[in-house]
Amino acid sequence: MSKTKNIKKGSVRNIITYALVIVSFILVTVFSKAGLLSRSAQGLLVPVCCYIVMAISLNLTVGVLGELSLGHAGFMSIGAFTGVIVSMSLQAAIPSTALRLLVAILSGMITAAVAGFLIGIPVLKLRGDYLAIVTLAFGEIIKELINCLLVGIDENGLHFIFNPTGTKSADDLGLSETGRVLIKGAQGATGTQTIANFTAGFILIIVALIIVLNFVNSRTGRAVLAIRDNRIAAESCGINITKYKMIAFVISASIAGAAGALYGMNYSNLTSAKFDFNTSILILVFVVLGGLGNMLGSIIAATVLYVLPEALREFSDYRMLMYAIVLILVMLATNNPAVKNLFMKIIPGKKKKEGAAK
Amino acid sequence: MKNFEKGNMVPVPSHSIIPERDVGETPVLECIHLGIDFGGLRAVDDFNFTIGKTEIAGLIGPNGAGKTTIFNLLTKVYTPTRGTIIINGMDTSGKNTVQINKMGVARTFQNIRLFSNLSVEDNVRIGLHNQEKYTTASGILRLPSYWKKEKAMHERAMELLSIFGMEDVADWKAGSLPYGAQRRLEIVRALATDPKLLLLDEPAAGMNPNETADLMENIVKIRDTFKIAVLLIEHDMNLVMGICEGICVLNFGQIIAKGTAEEIQSNPAVIEAYLGNKKKED
Repeated sequence: MSKTKNIKKGSVRNIITYALVIVSFILVTVFSKAGLLSRSAQGLLVPVCCYIVMAISLNLTVGVLGELSLGHAGFMSIGAFTGVIVSMSLQAAIPSTALRLLVAILSGMITAAVAGFLIGIPVLKLRGDYLAIVTLAFGEIIKELINCLLVGIDENGLHFIFNPTGTKSADDLGLSETGRVLIKGAQGATGTQTIANFTAGFILIIVALIIVLNFVNSRTGRAVLAIRDNRIAAESCGINITKYKMIAFVISASIAGAAGALYGMNYSNLTSAKFDFNTSILILVFVVLGGLGNMLGSIIAATVLYVLPEALREFSDYRMLMYAIVLILVMLATNNPAVKNLFMKIIPGKKKKEGAAK
Repeated sequence: MKNFEKGNMVPVPSHSIIPERDVGETPVLECIHLGIDFGGLRAVDDFNFTIGKTEIAGLIGPNGAGKTTIFNLLTKVYTPTRGTIIINGMDTSGKNTVQINKMGVARTFQNIRLFSNLSVEDNVRIGLHNQEKYTTASGILRLPSYWKKEKAMHERAMELLSIFGMEDVADWKAGSLPYGAQRRLEIVRALATDPKLLLLDEPAAGMNPNETADLMENIVKIRDTFKIAVLLIEHDMNLVMGICEGICVLNFGQIIAKGTAEEIQSNPAVIEAYLGNKKKED
């Protein structure tokens, strides 16, 4: 079965992925225009788009590069707060919200890419569990750093205060009468004009898909896949391991930054505590459940796992518990021969399929 | 068994021999007093060896003699403790595995190391990584250079796969190939990196006599078409004696004999290393 034409199978799957995203966008737009979507469902659209993009982005690190990153929400956070600052400070300069959104997303992308590069220098020297632990730490560091940030704007430009001791307040920014505080430390960004919309989310998903799928099917992407499959052989083929790991990591971080920027502009109030370890794990669950390296799977998993708990709000206390259980079950089902056999016994269809393969 | 034509071997100053046809040329590889210690163990010591520009050389010896260690030294997987490696007249000190590959040394592995989740063609394309270049951005944006270079890569990959008649399996997953085909694919992938020296670590392991005979012809064919040198480690003496021009015998990390197949076969030190000392047994 594995002998079937790989490349052609791959491109068919890519077409299905694009088609699915476009069709669901059209359906959702039609439903929402027809007034079939409730207010709470409308409110879910942009966050779902953001989490789908996050899942695509993390899949590049975990599925394609093969390194477990537990700090991906950190890049989302950087993107979100950059996006908020940029969009709020350009409010007067760029009246068109669509254009402002674009500029904000791009700047979120760039700052997250820079952060990805800086974090990548120490992190990518590590492998496996150690890399996971260090990315986790960096995710938390980013969260705490943004927690200490005070940003305001007036006619003289942006004012920053870094406030690690917690002794300063927004008054210390020295803003003039017309000035506004954009980010108030632990209270986060307040009073942000919400300019994110579903169409922007859809476009972002498509762009992220184009970047990641084209990347994987290019010279650079193949080099990254080679490193994942066999480091030593990749090196002996003349592939610079550090360089290609870094390229994949930076692209992944920048897409996460773009998703974060969109996310940030969907809420008038946003704290950095939102982008904590739980969020990183949540995105990782999307990726693992959807299948490593499988973008279509990531999209479906992100949608289902994000919408379901929102729909079943009363059980939301158990959400993290359910994620953990799902994650463990998926890992067991894919890696443990004993559990695999058990699944095969339970599901008759699977047994037949396996028999045919033999 | 088919007889392969071999060059006339002549001595060179570095206490080694190379084929007469390569005498005027820079040797592809020169090892001078090469050695490595693992803790207190002298895994390789005082290894002096020269390979001519188009020579097929053999490296043989009992298990644990240090043959694969020498390959790992040549490709800088290990950093030598002592001595110098000169590739195409250029010193390799301070170079890493990637730079060594770019200098023109490609290798295969004793335990096959393919990119087993990728297709056969993609494996070869990865070998072509430094041959057909375009930037990451043009790959993502699908600029004209992407299409041009990808087409060139495809053609080159198919051309290389045709050496072993593997064009038909180009779309197969590399890991699903039979064992012998995986070994051949590793050779193709190594050739794709455009080497001057091809290092083959037990290329005939796990092959039946027919496949081995084919492999021998192909190694000679590769040398003749690409005008490159081949250094191979092999336990199959038919293959080594059949195609290798210069042979180096290693035991306990040291060279015990160097010479042509005939010289090696009649060398008492080699016979002792392989079969043991007669006197002790008595």
